[in-house]
Amino acid sequence: MRSESGTLGATAVSPAAVAHHEHRDDIGSKTGMWLFLFTELLLFGGLFIVYAVYRHKYGTEFHEAAHELNKVMGVTNTFVLLTSSLTMVLSVGALQRARVAESLRWLGATFGLACCFLVIKFFEWSAKHHHGIWPGGEHLHAMPPGEGMFFNLYFMMTGLHGIHVLIGMGVMGSIAARIRSGHVSASRYAALEFTGLYWHLVDLVWIFLLPLFYLTN
Amino acid sequence: MAESKTGPAWTGNYLQDYGSRRGLMAWLTTTDHKRIGLMYAAAMFTFFAVAVLLGLLIRLELMNPGMQYVTPRVYNSLFTLHGVIMIFLFIVPGIPAIFGNIMLPLQLGADDVSFPKLNLASWYVYIAGAILALMSLFVGGGVPDTGWTFYAPYALRSGSNVSLAVFAAFVLGFSSIMTGMNFITTIHRLRAPGMGFFRMPLFCWGLYATSWIQVIATPVVGITLLLVIMERSLGIGFFDPARGGDPVLYQHLFWIYSHPVVYVMILPAMGVISEILPTFAGRTVFGYKAIALSSMAIAIVGYMVWGHHMFTVGMSDTARRVFSILTFLVAIPTGIKVFNWMATLYKGSIRIEPPLLWAVGFIFLFSIGGLTGLVNGALSTDIHVHDTAFVVGHFHYTMFGGAGVGLFAAMHYWWPKVFGRMYNRKRAIWAWGLFMVGFNLLYFPMLVMGIMGMPRRYADYLPQFHTPHLIATIGSWVMVSGIIVMLWNLIRAIRHGAPAPANPWEGTTLEWQTTSPPPQLNFAVPPSVTTGPYDHTALRAAAAKEAR
Repeated sequence: MRSESGTLGATAVSPAAVAHHEHRDDIGSKTGMWLFLFTELLLFGGLFIVYAVYRHKYGTEFHEAAHELNKVMGVTNTFVLLTSSLTMVLSVGALQRARVAESLRWLGATFGLACCFLVIKFFEWSAKHHHGIWPGGEHLHAMPPGEGMFFNLYFMMTGLHGIHVLIGMGVMGSIAARIRSGHVSASRYAALEFTGLYWHLVDLVWIFLLPLFYLTN
Repeated sequence: MAESKTGPAWTGNYLQDYGSRRGLMAWLTTTDHKRIGLMYAAAMFTFFAVAVLLGLLIRLELMNPGMQYVTPRVYNSLFTLHGVIMIFLFIVPGIPAIFGNIMLPLQLGADDVSFPKLNLASWYVYIAGAILALMSLFVGGGVPDTGWTFYAPYALRSGSNVSLAVFAAFVLGFSSIMTGMNFITTIHRLRAPGMGFFRMPLFCWGLYATSWIQVIATPVVGITLLLVIMERSLGIGFFDPARGGDPVLYQHLFWIYSHPVVYVMILPAMGVISEILPTFAGRTVFGYKAIALSSMAIAIVGYMVWGHHMFTVGMSDTARRVFSILTFLVAIPTGIKVFNWMATLYKGSIRIEPPLLWAVGFIFLFSIGGLTGLVNGALSTDIHVHDTAFVVGHFHYTMFGGAGVGLFAAMHYWWPKVFGRMYNRKRAIWAWGLFMVGFNLLYFPMLVMGIMGMPRRYADYLPQFHTPHLIATIGSWVMVSGIIVMLWNLIRAIRHGAPAPANPWEGTTLEWQTTSPPPQLNFAVPPSVTTGPYDHTALRAAAAKEAR
């Protein structure tokens, strides 16, 4: 790891030290990645606590407000994301077997499905926005406190999730470039695998968001 | 010159530049854990100096009853800034960011941490957070005045620059998480051959427990602070009673992080003490496993005691009793450590050197802090002392007397290793003496005043509190002069100190086996381990052999 770094020129250390140093620690990298995913879960965990508290406090209002959400779009999006997790796995599998073109195709499909998810999300959000339901919006402000809380939570949690989808798409783009240039390959596929792990987390969070918001009534 | 430094025969140390980059650029782009640790130190002590100055101003205003130097509003900003800077910019990164970075790989016998680039990134994120915090002083609605806890609903309504300060804390959290992930991975993956978990130095155990807390607790406060920002900008109402929200929920979420984080501050300091005592007692540490595991116990139990900050907010009695009992449970592993330290000194061949004095100072001050903590943890007495100067006295004894003094102890212990120079022993002892006297003059009256009923965070007070306030203010001057002498002595040693040998204190852990200061890759020969970390017999045998 250090051998790639800026301050250490290639000639800076003795050959023995280089040999000692060139170790690549895939297990270590994976440990770090899982720790990171763990922090992501806890980040969303804070919001789930807030949801639990207000669901308990405003049970009826949450049921009422959930009627306003479009179940068809929510369920469609769930299928889109689940499928994208599948294509991601296929991409990792293909790269592990050195099928670079196939891996890139599956990665492209994942990217496309992520786009599709965001487009559907955009239509959902803009429909709500059209009705004055958005954080700070007039209609939302006039709602009974519990229903307002539901929608504020809805926008916060799906919004944070949406940001994660966007970040995931950015990472996929850069990984695709690195696969193309050969930096990520059959013998060095950890970066793609970690992108996959992250993507499954994004998927997992959505699987909880769907019933909590769309299916509560 | 450059030729000789880049060849295989180069025998310089990490403080010297080699390779293509020189001077400042070499530092700013380094991935060397030792240099990153020093960069943290430089930044953190700058902020520390600012926060000490703010603290002195608070004490100056409180010296006499009535308002003399600042308005009540400015006073609110003073204690807010003092808290925010000391907590988020100084003690939380604290020992892990400086000495964790420098010493963890050395003590494990590794070349570096697992993710050196992430390590450098964490420093930049820290600096970004610090800049945001400083910006909140100068732009927009004025200096934040909510206290470092940013309690709702006032933090939602205050016209001051709360959003920016909160965002700064959010960013600093990321830096903390990065360091935590890095250390956990490093400890799992990069221990020297033969070094099982129970052959790790106790400082590494302290860092291990700390890192888990950083990873587990910080995201929760991250999202909470984000919600405060959203609430201020969009009015989402989660913590706003006017919109059906619950301000107490904010307190819960805040303390779910902010209580465990006090163990982020104290566990590494306890680790430092566990290093220093066996070295200066010339014997192995008493109860190694108990000390190691008690760090983990503190981390685990400490995660579940946050409610003791909220005994007066109207929780159910059941909840309060559970939180109170759990709080008392934390005292057990803490006590285990203190008694094991005492037993380590017992019948040891003790050498009085500045690091040992600071370590003993730690035990004394931290014991007062810990015992007054039990007064806060007990339900009935907490109702009496809640939100009084007693609490302020208590957490300064733990945080400053504990974490802060732990850091000073670490500085005196590892300074010769880090810079390859010895500081003046006599001056160091004088500084320690001044500090200890000043510290107790400053904070002990707070405990007394608090029990008498002096509220915390008040800019003015009734005449009966005059004497303790006066003593505390004088104490603040004595203590700060101690700190100044200490820092001057240490900084002076970097240039003018006598060259330090590789192992000036006869320490047994791996960092003493390499040169002072260490070479870029830490060890000329990668070390392997065959005994526990505090085995003095091998060291003595080697010394005897040399004498012959």
